[in-house]
Amino acid sequence: MEKPKISVHKFSSCDGCQVQILSLEEELLQLADRVDIAFFAEATSRMNPGPYDVSFVEGSVSTPHEIERIQHVRDISKVVVSIGACGQSGGLQALRNWGDLTYYLNDFYTEPEHIDALPQSTAFHDHIDVDWEVPGCPPDQGQLKYVINSLLSGAKPNLPSEAVCLQCKRDGNVCVLVSQEQPCMGPITRTGCGALCPHQERDCYGCFGPQGGGNIDALGRRFNGAGLTPTDVVSRLRLIYSWAEPFREASRRWEQGAQGAPLPPQPHKHGGMRS
Amino acid sequence: MSERKIEVPVLARVEGEGALHVKIRDGQVEDLRLRIFEPPRFFETFLQQRDWWEIPDITSRICGICPVAYQLSSSQAIEAAFGAVLTPEIRALRRLYYCGEWIESHALHIHLLAAPDFFGFPDAMSLAKSHPAEVRRGLHLQGLGNDLVKMFGGRAVNPVGARPGGFYRAPSYSEVRAMLERFRAAQDDAAELIAWTAKFNFPDIQRDAPRVSLRHHSEYPMAQGNILASTGLEIDVADFEHHYREFQVPHSTALHAHLDGKPYWVGPLPRLNNNLDRLPDATAHLLEKTGIRFPSNNPFHSAVARAVEIHIAIEEAIRILAAYLKQPLPKPYVNIVPKEGEGAGCTEAPRGLLWHRYRFNAEGKVVKAVITPPTSQNQAHMENDLRQSVLESLDLDDGALQAHLEAGVRNYDPCISCSTHFLKTTIDRGD
Ligand code: SF4
Ligand code: SF4
Ligand code: SF4
Repeated sequence: MEKPKISVHKFSSCDGCQVQILSLEEELLQLADRVDIAFFAEATSRMNPGPYDVSFVEGSVSTPHEIERIQHVRDISKVVVSIGACGQSGGLQALRNWGDLTYYLNDFYTEPEHIDALPQSTAFHDHIDVDWEVPGCPPDQGQLKYVINSLLSGAKPNLPSEAVCLQCKRDGNVCVLVSQEQPCMGPITRTGCGALCPHQERDCYGCFGPQGGGNIDALGRRFNGAGLTPTDVVSRLRLIYSWAEPFREASRRWEQGAQGAPLPPQPHKHGGMRS
Repeated sequence: MSERKIEVPVLARVEGEGALHVKIRDGQVEDLRLRIFEPPRFFETFLQQRDWWEIPDITSRICGICPVAYQLSSSQAIEAAFGAVLTPEIRALRRLYYCGEWIESHALHIHLLAAPDFFGFPDAMSLAKSHPAEVRRGLHLQGLGNDLVKMFGGRAVNPVGARPGGFYRAPSYSEVRAMLERFRAAQDDAAELIAWTAKFNFPDIQRDAPRVSLRHHSEYPMAQGNILASTGLEIDVADFEHHYREFQVPHSTALHAHLDGKPYWVGPLPRLNNNLDRLPDATAHLLEKTGIRFPSNNPFHSAVARAVEIHIAIEEAIRILAAYLKQPLPKPYVNIVPKEGEGAGCTEAPRGLLWHRYRFNAEGKVVKAVITPPTSQNQAHMENDLRQSVLESLDLDDGALQAHLEAGVRNYDPCISCSTHFLKTTIDRGD
């Protein structure tokens, strides 16, 4: 039987998601035995133009050319898997979606006319049908392996969608929100990382994106009570996954002021939580 | 009149994507451009208005291969702006953390990106069929570096434990003890790696450019010291912009940089050349045994320099881990009190000098951020190097010339994502 052809493509990104694959050590070699790595520019000079059985795409769509490229990848791939926060939501660089591109271009470049950028950095699913999305900035290596193995064996991957808090509590961490009033995003962030931040005795900042059912406004009120202003709540929501709908919409609400807050906004104790 | 042109649509085995365009006319290089048009991600602009304590979590996302470098250069700049001074214990932990990234990034580069060139393979997976022990040794070292970073930050890509002023958490004795054992067991591998890379079949080329690196009064430089150029210019980190300038070139979304108006060279080879008198004894001895004379101006010797730096990092990590076990658990960070002001920070990313500057308002929010990554600093020099390579290799056929140029680019381990990218090769000989 012919080995399945897989490919990895980079868009606007930090390369970190691909590096999670390149750091699989021994398992990278095993993967190379099981599949035909037909295109993976960072790993091999062999550049098979396709078609592919499974294509992994990293990064966000932020130039007109990238729209064409992702459409082409879709056309020549049976299965498209988006890996990481950039591909799922536009990523950290979607922070510029909240401003004005002209300002951004002029702020950085002396000759902005040479730069080709779309007004917004967006997710792949805004442009094509994506078969599977692996969350995280970067995704967890265990989840990546699980998805790859499921697809290779013809099974549907099913990634857990509960909140980071559940993993965190199972691991027996001391809650940094309760014990230190740190603005932990664990209650509204999707699990998968292994609750890394609470393990490091710090607050989660949401790098696996919104968890489906989390009550964002309630957590915002909790932060509010701990001394964050509504503006601070907005900036908590607008980080890695700012353009994912739940965080995007909630941040818009908080821009209008505290949401149904039983507690009056407190003056922001700067450095109070982190001095 | 003869004209020759060669194109390679995507340059492989570099971090990020870029293009090389070469046009040769009558035996002269008419045009050579290392094109980086990876879409800009505008970090410096969206950092504006962010809080000081968020910066390392943001800047680590500039580059998934050297997130620690970004965290540490930015943290240093923040500490400089707010007048925070680290304790010696925290400083040692930072150096240890950085050792992890050097090992992991260098091992990735040597084995997955560069070595296949010297053995004529398209990738490390194919190389592993003929040299299984060497490739496995390399991946094992990469894993060791990753695990050291994970001890501090949970994961090796965008680790979460570093903060301005130090770390959120001090590693436990049991973690450190286990790590120390693994590092001791890896010493021989690192020594063998130096000997292995030194035997690669290096093209014999010489490239002259000012070598720029950090310089510390007693240590091999990682995250401390002045900026030294081989021209003799030694300056404080804060004075970088008085001598080094970044400018935009139309063919690239990355900026280029000059030292007093001329291209210069950063990275493991310039760093080693500038700091040969700062090697641990064991490393100096192994370097001597390679028979290669340093300082070297052959960019292909960068592979050896990376292996040497893996060895340095392992020796240093062992020293710091052992000392950690003999002291009380330190407080992992110093308090930071934000104030209006400005500060610069500079550390040695695996691929060269990484310089940051931030200005803050009284609340500690960013007013201005300036980031100068190693790849944009090297770019003008890389183009000069490749131009010379074309002239020296005109008799090669297009395929061989292209392979030679691509390998030449890989010597610099350009991190195109740092500067945001797309590397395509075009060689136009017009005949
Ligand atoms: S999701 Fe995060 S790790 Fe992955 S490419 Fe984007 S910024 Fe990098
Ligand atoms: S530390 Fe954060 S993730 Fe853990 S239980 Fe508390 S709120 Fe949830
Ligand atoms: S705890 Fe939150 S911020 Fe930290 S790694 Fe997990 S999802 Fe990302």
